[in-house]
Amino acid sequence: MPATPLIAYSHVGKAFDAGRLAAVDDVSLDVREGEFLAIVGGSGSGKTTLLRLANRLIEADKGRITVEGLDVRAVNPVKLRRRIGYVFQSGSLFPHLSVVDNIGITPKLLGWSQAEILARVDELLELVRLDRTTHRDRLPAELSGGQRQRVGVARALAARPRIVLMDEPFGALDPLTRDALGEDFRALHIKLGLTTVMITHDMAEALLLADRIAVMRSGKLLSLGTPKELAQSRDGYVAQLLNTPRRQAERLAALLPQDGES
Amino acid sequence: MSILADPRWRDALSHLADYLGSHVRLSVAALALGLIVSLPLSIAARNRPWFRSVLLGLSSIVQTVPGLALLALFYPLLLALASITLRWFSFSFSAFGFLPAMLALALYSMLPVMRNTITGLNGVDADLLQAAQAVGMTERQSLFTVELPLALPVIMAGIRTAAVWVIGTATLSTPIGQTSLGNYIFAGLQTQNWVFVLFGCIAAAVLALAVDQLLALMENGLRTRSRLRAALGGAGIFVLVAATLIPTLARSPPSYIVGAKTFTEQYVLSALIAQQLRDAGLSASAREGLGSNVIFDALAANDIDVYVDYSGTLWANQFHRSEILPRDKLLAELKTILASQNITLFGELGFENAYALVMPKARADALGIRSISDLASRAPALSIGGDYEFFSRPEWTALQRAYGLSFRAQRTMQPDFMYAAVASGEVDVIAGYSSDGLIAKYNLVVLDDVRQAIPPYDAVLLLAPKRAGDEALQAALKPLLGSIDIADMREANLRASGSDAAASPGAVARWLRESSSRR
Repeated sequence: MPATPLIAYSHVGKAFDAGRLAAVDDVSLDVREGEFLAIVGGSGSGKTTLLRLANRLIEADKGRITVEGLDVRAVNPVKLRRRIGYVFQSGSLFPHLSVVDNIGITPKLLGWSQAEILARVDELLELVRLDRTTHRDRLPAELSGGQRQRVGVARALAARPRIVLMDEPFGALDPLTRDALGEDFRALHIKLGLTTVMITHDMAEALLLADRIAVMRSGKLLSLGTPKELAQSRDGYVAQLLNTPRRQAERLAALLPQDGES
Repeated sequence: MSILADPRWRDALSHLADYLGSHVRLSVAALALGLIVSLPLSIAARNRPWFRSVLLGLSSIVQTVPGLALLALFYPLLLALASITLRWFSFSFSAFGFLPAMLALALYSMLPVMRNTITGLNGVDADLLQAAQAVGMTERQSLFTVELPLALPVIMAGIRTAAVWVIGTATLSTPIGQTSLGNYIFAGLQTQNWVFVLFGCIAAAVLALAVDQLLALMENGLRTRSRLRAALGGAGIFVLVAATLIPTLARSPPSYIVGAKTFTEQYVLSALIAQQLRDAGLSASAREGLGSNVIFDALAANDIDVYVDYSGTLWANQFHRSEILPRDKLLAELKTILASQNITLFGELGFENAYALVMPKARADALGIRSISDLASRAPALSIGGDYEFFSRPEWTALQRAYGLSFRAQRTMQPDFMYAAVASGEVDVIAGYSSDGLIAKYNLVVLDDVRQAIPPYDAVLLLAPKRAGDEALQAALKPLLGSIDIADMREANLRASGSDAAASPGAVARWLRESSSRR
């Protein structure tokens, strides 16, 4: 594991409502190069705020955040965002732009040639497993939820970022699609050598996809570690979060007989 | 005779290129100016609640001002501005016609555009704004590639509303000297030419619909990213503008412009003057339907060359004099005052068109009323009707003071309907005009002004400052002086109030010239 973290939060704080509501409270967290980090927490835990602080969609009040070794405050926020992929929960594709134009938006902003953009879009459609002849010129409204989210992932990857931030990317999908997309993305993460930070409220999803898991509650980082390390946490909330998938797994195992058993 | 066989349709059609052309150019210019101002303002205001409410508040206030008043207000405003720029920068511009009309209409177009642009931009999903930021757009890129395209249907709806409003309201720019389809409507209302009124209304409605549909086509093209449809819409509007531009540019402007106020007699007299000039080999055109507050200033500013005014109107309204002088003295004094403004009082036409108290002859006889003095004792039981300005004019104050007049009720009405109203007994007395042909038609009688409370109202020819030494013009106009008597003028006005082709101002003017040359 390399020594320098790709994203580093150091005593970071952010409050809304003129300081009355602390969304992120003194969080320190390193995201290592190449890792898949999941941030788990309930609504209002500050996980989305923490994610958005990294590409300056939200500005921090306190502390210091570095991305690729540079303090984000010293970097032009627009240039910073063009280097970091971002996937939204609902896809948030631009409804008036075709699939090609949605995926090609960041390269276009970076001034790539039209030929480069089209080649890259085709490459990405293949990567996210969408048929390029049928999907390229469609509008987002003509796609299914899963297809939209695949386009959202392709858009985030378009300008070959090293870092991808994902805000509950699979939360709004049906279970089958969700599972398939999660697995596909995990494969991409490895294949492309990405550093991924994914927000989810679903501990099972975090356990299945991520290398490490950060647990947040009321703006504070409660616990950080691999699934094994988390299992040893003595924090009650963490234990409670882990209990749900564990119980579900046991019950499912009992309900669904495996091959060779009867 | 079927209504479509009426020769006045052809007459109306012959003016179409001119009126429609002016109307389209005015509307397009006003709309373009309105958009140039209101689109950037709305964009700047979209994230500033305070600025937004001020902007929408101001434009709503503008909207509550009636279109006619807004147009009329711009004229004196620009006139004052023109005199300031002349003094300070020795540069002046015409405050007449196109400019005030365009500015007023541009202002009028702003509310729907601003309201819809702000609503449209604020209606863009907040998640998409976040997404635009997250993919690395600057604020400007977000505005142009995401916010404006998504708000486009709402913005275009506002622009279409504005276009329809502007085209409709542009018909009201006739009284401030801008030729428009309103010329049909104003002239038609004054001369009871319903063919003209109908023609003007239909033309304005068709134009508004056509522009609305072309804009809809453009919007549809932009939204569905069909370049063809967007281009067709744009080309349609371009063709419309170009088509109205070509005939106007090809024609050389007439050398003399004859002004006319907004009533029948003025339409007849301006037609008469124009005919007289053409017969003398000069080119002339009439600028009709000008407001009585606008026409004098337009003459003083050389925007029109000649028109007929009335001595008493100039005396009391233009120069705010209240003393009553004998007619010769009044004319002499007027001539001096006008000369100080470089305006030539060329001479009297021969008749008076004074305000006069008028009632049905039978009723007057029954009540034993012959003069205004007789009326005074009966007045408390009677009602009086007058045109829009009469009751605020100095003549009314003078009458009340001289005779102690006090009526049971006073009503303001459209001059054309006033005579019918008094004939049918809806009002007892009206403040009519002494040269009006309807006096004879309805068997009405003019009550004697024994105390001479109403100043003399001789019809006089006024010439613009730049025409003071124009001998060709003056030679052509000379024969008109003293040539029209009150009986001829009444007859002419009566003929002009008819509703057939012989009642057109041009036809009546020809009759009037023949009649006066016989004497």
